[in-house]
Amino acid sequence: MNPAFSVIVLTTLIGVGQGLFLALFSSQAFTIVKVLPNQPNSYYALGGVIALCFLAGGLVASFFHLGHPERAWRAASQWRTSWLSREVIALPAVMGLVFLYALVNGVGLDANLYGWGLPDQVALTVGALGVAATLTLFLCTGMIYGAIKFLQEWATPLTVVNYFLLGSASGFTFAAAYAAFAAPKMVAFYAGWAITLTVVAFFTRAAALFRNARIKRVATVQTAIGVRHAKVQQRSMGFMGGSYNTREYFHGRTVLFLKSVKWIFLVLVFAVPVALLWAGWAGGHPAALMAAFAVQYVGLLFERWFFFAQASHPQNLYYQVVG
Amino acid sequence: MTQLALVIDLNVCVGCHACVTSCKQWNTSGQAGPLFDDNPYAQDPTGTFFNRVQTFEVGEFPCTETIHFPKSCLHCEEAPCVPVCPTGASYKRAEDGIVLVDYDKCIGCKYCSWACPYGAREFDENQKVMKKCTLCVDRIYDMTIPAERRKPACVIACPTNARLFGDVHDPESEVSIAIREAGGYPLMPEWGTKPANHYLPRRKTKLRIHEDELVRADNPLRKEDIRHETGKDVTLDDWLM
Repeated sequence: MNPAFSVIVLTTLIGVGQGLFLALFSSQAFTIVKVLPNQPNSYYALGGVIALCFLAGGLVASFFHLGHPERAWRAASQWRTSWLSREVIALPAVMGLVFLYALVNGVGLDANLYGWGLPDQVALTVGALGVAATLTLFLCTGMIYGAIKFLQEWATPLTVVNYFLLGSASGFTFAAAYAAFAAPKMVAFYAGWAITLTVVAFFTRAAALFRNARIKRVATVQTAIGVRHAKVQQRSMGFMGGSYNTREYFHGRTVLFLKSVKWIFLVLVFAVPVALLWAGWAGGHPAALMAAFAVQYVGLLFERWFFFAQASHPQNLYYQVVG
Repeated sequence: MTQLALVIDLNVCVGCHACVTSCKQWNTSGQAGPLFDDNPYAQDPTGTFFNRVQTFEVGEFPCTETIHFPKSCLHCEEAPCVPVCPTGASYKRAEDGIVLVDYDKCIGCKYCSWACPYGAREFDENQKVMKKCTLCVDRIYDMTIPAERRKPACVIACPTNARLFGDVHDPESEVSIAIREAGGYPLMPEWGTKPANHYLPRRKTKLRIHEDELVRADNPLRKEDIRHETGKDVTLDDWLM
């Protein structure tokens, strides 16, 4: 496929936003059972606003992918069959709940809802709904790609797993950088989980790379035109100036370029951020944590570009030779 | 249930592109507005077409065969492009099985084109909506056109009659009989999309004749040979043989 920059930015930005929200919620949940030190509610409110900004940035980017953004509201109608439609519903739902979470924390709204006598029960209730919505959104985003069985590189549960783990890892990395300034005592929690998620994501992403390097193609040029012969070659695709079919489904780069992007993202998403997170956590350098996030985000742009470019569409069997 | 479809005879197609140009002409002149055409008379012309004719070579020189292969939307019975559409713009008509795009609902997200393994959909860069073969839905039901010409433009244009049009769910229709009797097959059946359009293979008329049929191995005269001893006495037979 030919990677669309709008979709790359959309999926990476909402991944950070969702991961950051998961980081904030989990740390707040841990503080009420005294596993982590208490933080002022404003800390979660500001964090929630930042997460909202990432999500909104992704939403804005998504509009650049549409031919008719003014009709985008229609995309919420087919949620019964379309994962894209479900994502269109899930993303605003996550944004609404993250906004409510930030608002509840910001105004300090609290009530003894469950009779536990613990603080932040309202915030955590809204947050729990937000977590459910966030996980749903990860599922929807992953399934948009995982549900197309013709794109064999994507049609695997690893696609959903990787969207979840990579988004969460980048969000926790951002949370570590945020905490370095706003709540230094929380850095260990975020950085520890960021390293864990990044390492696990490395294994699942590597598993996807391993699988995709060994794909057995379902469709061949023989089944494409229905002629059974060992040697079938295209001589002409029927036109010379290119078409939507030659632009949308081919990345137009060399194999070497693709391979180098793979190694770049493996270094930038996994190796460098883990080292920087470790340095920032153990050495107490906020700059290292910020650099960890910046490097990982840039790496994720490469990762997502590779994710799209690597997928080989069966329609390409019909567009092998100009003439 | 009706399922309109095309049956394309690869045995007859000569690759003249008359179906491509007639399709473009009809569909760029309709109510939906012109099809995208960029630099039509300059360098790197590109545009939206519903139908393409491609050429494939089977075998290795000198034992090769050229196959001209017209490709348009196959109007799949299990159309994978329809359920993925987030707006419902992409739909399959219940009454005749034609897969269509509602250009007024399409948001141009291109997701349907990703979900089509055949590359049958082409984006219109001017109108910013997805377009595809309509089986000339604005022609086949037009009562102002003489009945015998109420067919897709490509079918009428084909000079070799390589394109048949009809209901593949009616077992006695021209297309069903062609599929049944001439070995019609769908493209990429492995995806389970159940394409409604079918292709008829290249055919060569050959007669298989076994050697036995040329040289008579079972001469009945020999089978019924009664030249065996019937008795010790000399008979008339002995004199005849």
